[in-house]
Amino acid sequence: MARVLEMKLDFTAILARWQMLLDGMALTIQLAVITILTGFLIGTACAIARRSKFRLPATIAAVYVELIRNTPFLVQIFVVYFGLSSLGFKFTAVTVAIIALTINVGAYTAEIMRAGFDSIHRGQWEAAECLGLTRVQAYWHVALLPAMERIYPSLTSQFILLMLASSITSQISVEELTAAANFIQSETYRPLETYIVIAIIYLALSLALRLAFWLLGMLIFPRRRRLGTNL
Amino acid sequence: MPVVVLKDVKKSFGSLQVLRGVSFSVDKGDVVALIGASGSGKSTALRCIDRLETIDSGTIDVCGYSVSDPNLDLRRLRLDVGIVFQSYNLFPHLTVEENITLAPRSVKRMQKAEASEIAREVLAQVGLSDKADNYPEQLSGGQQQRAAIARSLAMQPKVMLFDEVTSALDPKLTGEVLKVIETLAASGMTMIMVTHEMAFARRVADQVVYMHQGRVHEAGAASILTHPTTAELSEFISNDL
Ligand SMILES: Nc1ncnc2c1ncn2[C@@H]1O[C@H](COP(=O)(O)OP(=O)(O)OP(=O)(O)O)[C@@H](O)[C@H]1O
Ligand SMILES: [Mg+2]
Repeated sequence: MARVLEMKLDFTAILARWQMLLDGMALTIQLAVITILTGFLIGTACAIARRSKFRLPATIAAVYVELIRNTPFLVQIFVVYFGLSSLGFKFTAVTVAIIALTINVGAYTAEIMRAGFDSIHRGQWEAAECLGLTRVQAYWHVALLPAMERIYPSLTSQFILLMLASSITSQISVEELTAAANFIQSETYRPLETYIVIAIIYLALSLALRLAFWLLGMLIFPRRRRLGTNL
Repeated sequence: MPVVVLKDVKKSFGSLQVLRGVSFSVDKGDVVALIGASGSGKSTALRCIDRLETIDSGTIDVCGYSVSDPNLDLRRLRLDVGIVFQSYNLFPHLTVEENITLAPRSVKRMQKAEASEIAREVLAQVGLSDKADNYPEQLSGGQQQRAAIARSLAMQPKVMLFDEVTSALDPKLTGEVLKVIETLAASGMTMIMVTHEMAFARRVADQVVYMHQGRVHEAGAASILTHPTTAELSEFISNDL
């Protein structure tokens, strides 16, 4: 008890390195935004492939999704990192991180989007079909938005998890927020203070991302906005 | 020249044979009322005509297309056939006008202005001119069903299929939907309607097809509803009163 009371937290050395924190934050945001977009595209494509009546794309998508969802991200990132370099590719660490994060979040997004598409009533697909829409048009015009509307909270959580998981890319020396923290604490010998600051920054980023998704939701679901129903 | 011809159509779901040789034909401009007890195969027959189900044997010809042909271009068939279901199936995230213009724009590649003009016309036809900008959930059941009819009409089909389009509605709303269908019939549209509204069938139908246990048990002019020849139809009608 006495020791706890004696413990003094000193943040000055850490806050003095604000430039480094800011750079790390910028890269974390960049990684998140890019891989949310690429992951969403890949995830949606895989969800559609997995629901397809054609065996081959359905199987490929299923194997990919299960492979990723049943292995740790840290291992995936090393496989991508060493895999690409052994194939002779010379990508920067950031590029490797973007590829690995995309592959990872794509698989989780695929399962969420699949649940969304599955929740679209058969009558909606039939109505689209009877009006002469192709399968692709039915996905795009009829199923996509109502599906997303239903799974939007899960999608938001998944993308926040993605942003937090990007901290693991510090392991292949991507200089994002966690890497900055690792560096700062080794220079200042103040690990607790450093990671408290970093935790607060991650928390703020998560809340900001949540707000951004809420605003985006208002934009892409105009019916919600007009009728005043909540997401 | 008949627009829709079914010849000895058979269809099973697993071991259950739902259609056991259904034949009837519909001339251009005719209104056919398809009636029968629950489970007699009316919806299945209607769905086979639009190839939402594939048949096991027999033939179906619609507007010159052989529906049972596996190589049939389904999208061309569906340009000529409109179908409306009991459960409206409007797209909830689109306004009434967007529901209507979607297919003309994405299937017929129409310009926005032209599609909107068509939407205005069909909405006037079903008496919903003031609801173009509403979302489906803001409409009553009867209005939603009329919007669904308008959506089909916007594709200018040659045949309209209706599957119990008023069964989910209370009597007052039923009336407003039936009025729309009656006007459509008077305008010369070829129609096949599955219905439980016997008075309506008697008034509007040129031909009544009574299905019983997967077969056409009795068919003829609307007068068979007042003077049935088979015991089954006679009983079916008296149950309905
Ligand atoms: N997709 C399906 N799979 C299996 N059985 C089906 C399917 N669709 C219909 N059936 C069965 O086929 C039979 C005929 O169904 P159908 O819907 O054509 O009858 P209906 O005459 O339209 O009846 P209702 O007046 O109740 O609508 C029923 O026994 C039904 O359970
Ligand atoms: Mg039915």
